[in-house]
Amino acid sequence: MAMTMHVDVVSAEEAIFSGPAKMLFAPGVMGDLGIMPRHAPLLTRIKPGEVRILTPDDEEQFYYVSGGMLEIQPEAVTILADTAIRAKDIDEAAALEAKERAEKALADRSGEIDYATTEAELAEALAQLQAIQRLKKKLGR
Amino acid sequence: MAVGKEIRTKVKSVQNTQKITRAMEMVAASKMRKAQDRMAASRPYADKIRNVIKHLAHAHPEYQHSYLQERDVKRVGFIVVSSDRGLCGGLNANLFRTCIGSLKEWDTKSVEIDICTIGGKAAGFFKRVGGNVVAEASQLGDAPAINDLIGTVKVMLDAFDSGKIDRLYVVYNEFVSTMVQDPQVEQLLPIQADSEEGYAHQWDYLYEPEAKEVLTDLLTRYVESLVYQAVVENIASEQSARMVAMKAASDNAGDLIDELNLAYNKARQAAITQEISEIVSGAAAV
Repeated sequence: MAMTMHVDVVSAEEAIFSGPAKMLFAPGVMGDLGIMPRHAPLLTRIKPGEVRILTPDDEEQFYYVSGGMLEIQPEAVTILADTAIRAKDIDEAAALEAKERAEKALADRSGEIDYATTEAELAEALAQLQAIQRLKKKLGR
Repeated sequence: MAVGKEIRTKVKSVQNTQKITRAMEMVAASKMRKAQDRMAASRPYADKIRNVIKHLAHAHPEYQHSYLQERDVKRVGFIVVSSDRGLCGGLNANLFRTCIGSLKEWDTKSVEIDICTIGGKAAGFFKRVGGNVVAEASQLGDAPAINDLIGTVKVMLDAFDSGKIDRLYVVYNEFVSTMVQDPQVEQLLPIQADSEEGYAHQWDYLYEPEAKEVLTDLLTRYVESLVYQAVVENIASEQSARMVAMKAASDNAGDLIDELNLAYNKARQAAITQEISEIVSGAAAV
């Protein structure tokens, strides 16, 4: 029987593939990698591209990953796929955006009378209504 | 006859409210199931990374990444995960109480606090009570993408890198069961590696390109995935809390309707009895 290794492809949002494989191809940052069972332990980043898995019954499975991490152990390979293309400046922009949002929210304290207050008022009004009903009923008796 | 017209209209209005709460209950129930699936789907990723980190701690004891090192605490960061919408019972209130509790603890040790909010309710809360909010993300919807969180988490990670904060916590509602949601304060940074024994021999990874870079990437993703999990778990908690709250509201509306109907029938009976006695006494007078 041909040697196999266990392959897991997971992203933060879901598990994509899990099962045995004879061979795996992945686009490493330092060049494409072809991995067979009993590979030395390796930890690397992968580029956006295609991951190819050769299953024990000689079928090929393709997955597109937009980058991530690849962990190799002699009997198991794990691909931690990113859900989107990551680059330093894109992350930076997202961070700035988050900061801006916080500042903006602090700036207009009065703006958009929030939903929360309105809701609390509504709840209070409902409670009052209920109380009035109870009172009416008592008096009616 | 106009007996108890007010009561009739009241019953109608309560019935309408009941219809709404019942619909909300059912919507929340189906959303909760989906959120639970998402919770389960996001678990393997964090588990795998945790495994890798465990290996690392063993294979590479001489190299210490800053995310793994304890240091003196002068300032802490909090990521507070709340829901965007209300009408979910005491879920957010309980969360904020727990959060304020641990904020106070740090405050008494005269440690400063940076806060980062996820979800509209947390943003609103800290706007009201004050607090140093450095980043914010809201309106993530029912199926948040990890992309929406990257920026927010990065603000905190950068602060940690530059030594502005020395510890990072996440506060969220843990989904225990449909009926029970438990507010949790969990430490994200420095990462608490479990010191589990059980590796017979020493080995190390080959790193491509370099250990430090690869580790930074890995640990960043780990923290992100933990925050993502907290968010997804909080959504499941939100939906189940809403479901329970709306069920209680529907039940209460049902009770109210019963009481009102009873009052209406009594009033009607009284009116009829009175009429009859009037007729009888009128006939007797003739």
